[in-house]
Amino acid sequence: MRPQTPWLAVVSGLGILLLSAGAQPLPAQEVHIGKLTGHAAAGQKDYGRYCVGCHGPDGDGTGENAMWIDPKPRDFTAATFKCRSTPTGTLPTDQDLFDAVTRGFVTTNMPPWLPLTDQTRADLVAYIQTFSPRWKTQGPGKPITIPAETPTNIESILRGRDQFQRLECWKCHGTAGHGDGPSASTLTDSKDNPIRPYNFAAGTPRFKCGETNQDIYRIFMTGVDGTPMPSFADQLQPNEAWDLVHFLRTLQPLKTPEAAIWTAWLPAHAKELKPLGETNAP
Amino acid sequence: MRRPRMAIFALVGLLGSALLVLAATRPPAAGTVSGTVTYTGTPPKMKPIDMAKEPSCAKQHATPVMTENVVTGPNNALGWVVVYVSAGDQGSAAATTAVRYDQKGCQYVPHVAVMQTNQPLEIYNDDQTSHNIHPLAKDNAEWNKSQPPGAPPIHATYDKPEFIPVKCNVHPWMHGYFIVLSTSHYAVTGEDGAFTLKGLPPGKYTLTAWHERFGTQTQEVTVGDGATPPVKFVFKALPY
Repeated sequence: MRPQTPWLAVVSGLGILLLSAGAQPLPAQEVHIGKLTGHAAAGQKDYGRYCVGCHGPDGDGTGENAMWIDPKPRDFTAATFKCRSTPTGTLPTDQDLFDAVTRGFVTTNMPPWLPLTDQTRADLVAYIQTFSPRWKTQGPGKPITIPAETPTNIESILRGRDQFQRLECWKCHGTAGHGDGPSASTLTDSKDNPIRPYNFAAGTPRFKCGETNQDIYRIFMTGVDGTPMPSFADQLQPNEAWDLVHFLRTLQPLKTPEAAIWTAWLPAHAKELKPLGETNAP
Repeated sequence: MRRPRMAIFALVGLLGSALLVLAATRPPAAGTVSGTVTYTGTPPKMKPIDMAKEPSCAKQHATPVMTENVVTGPNNALGWVVVYVSAGDQGSAAATTAVRYDQKGCQYVPHVAVMQTNQPLEIYNDDQTSHNIHPLAKDNAEWNKSQPPGAPPIHATYDKPEFIPVKCNVHPWMHGYFIVLSTSHYAVTGEDGAFTLKGLPPGKYTLTAWHERFGTQTQEVTVGDGATPPVKFVFKALPY
């Protein structure tokens, strides 16, 4: 008897060919984070499960949850990212994005995605890069060098306090770092949404982009892109930047070495301090 | 004649005005397109800027400065309109002179800075206060840098044509634009609404006029060997 299978094979083969011709090509983006390789095609499935509700099917931050939350979800089509190890205006590294999705963004609706495996998070990093052509035309910026931290002592803290005054951080962050400076109430992000500056008295050891002294250094030396927070990389030498880090720690109600030195020194010397803030009063 | 002096005056007057008319309407050199940008309707009133939060800038202005979104002049002239060749450009040389952008008295000078792709841009802080320069580019990279008083100028270039709003987050009233064009044939109108584009070889061109509030308009213009008639752009102004 003549077998019928060849005819069936031909028809189904043709059918599969036609179906796949109409289907979207799977994204081919690949990222490397340490020993991990993330694949965009795998990330696409995970994105549809975990991310699309806020970040939207087109990755532009207009998922159905977006209208209810503040700050708004990241718009991946703009390729502007807050937390980078790279200079302002440049793309973050794959590691930066991996750290962001792992750490989440404290005080926002973006949680730390630790319940997902490292591989899943790597795949998601690869996938979100398919939303902007900039990942193909440019590469990530060159990460800044963070030199070894300088010693923590009262002299460093006082120099840092002078930097806080000179660079006018208090204009937004307030003279006590409570996020209530003269410009604070009018701040808007790059999409014209109102935004508040960081409140150092918030009591959490976490900033949006980390929690260590190195993270603080990196935050003001690369700027928080998409927000009013600029990069001060052109205005600070590395040792001056470390001085500022040490001073900023004294603004937080936390048990840090800097805070211990400051609270021990302050009672005897408070009167010597020039007040922070406006010196150009009419 | 009963009043010979009057006749002489009349003759001189006639000759003089004839010469003036001839001089005023002497046709422009070939390869130049001139024109005016005006508006119809009622434009919004510009508001005085309250710089009380920045005393070092407030005291630089004897009277408060006005916002610059809609700057008008006599005869319904519209200022800060960028007129440029958007099609038909037969080739523009790369521009190497730096464009200068100043932060002065907590204002951007000029309000609209036009430059070519990859042309050097130099940003100066002339004030006693820190500013942050935050050009809100979308096609180009968006960056944000602090510039305290006394800091050296910030150098930047943009490699893609784009109309980029510029703001200072510390001083929310500061608004300006970086207009990045691929052509070297552009002009910005002043309060007289006038523009002149020089050095255009004969050919068909599309001119685009852009205003930050009233939008964009285009017109076709043909540059021949003779004079090109003046080009008029008329924007519809709304009071809000």
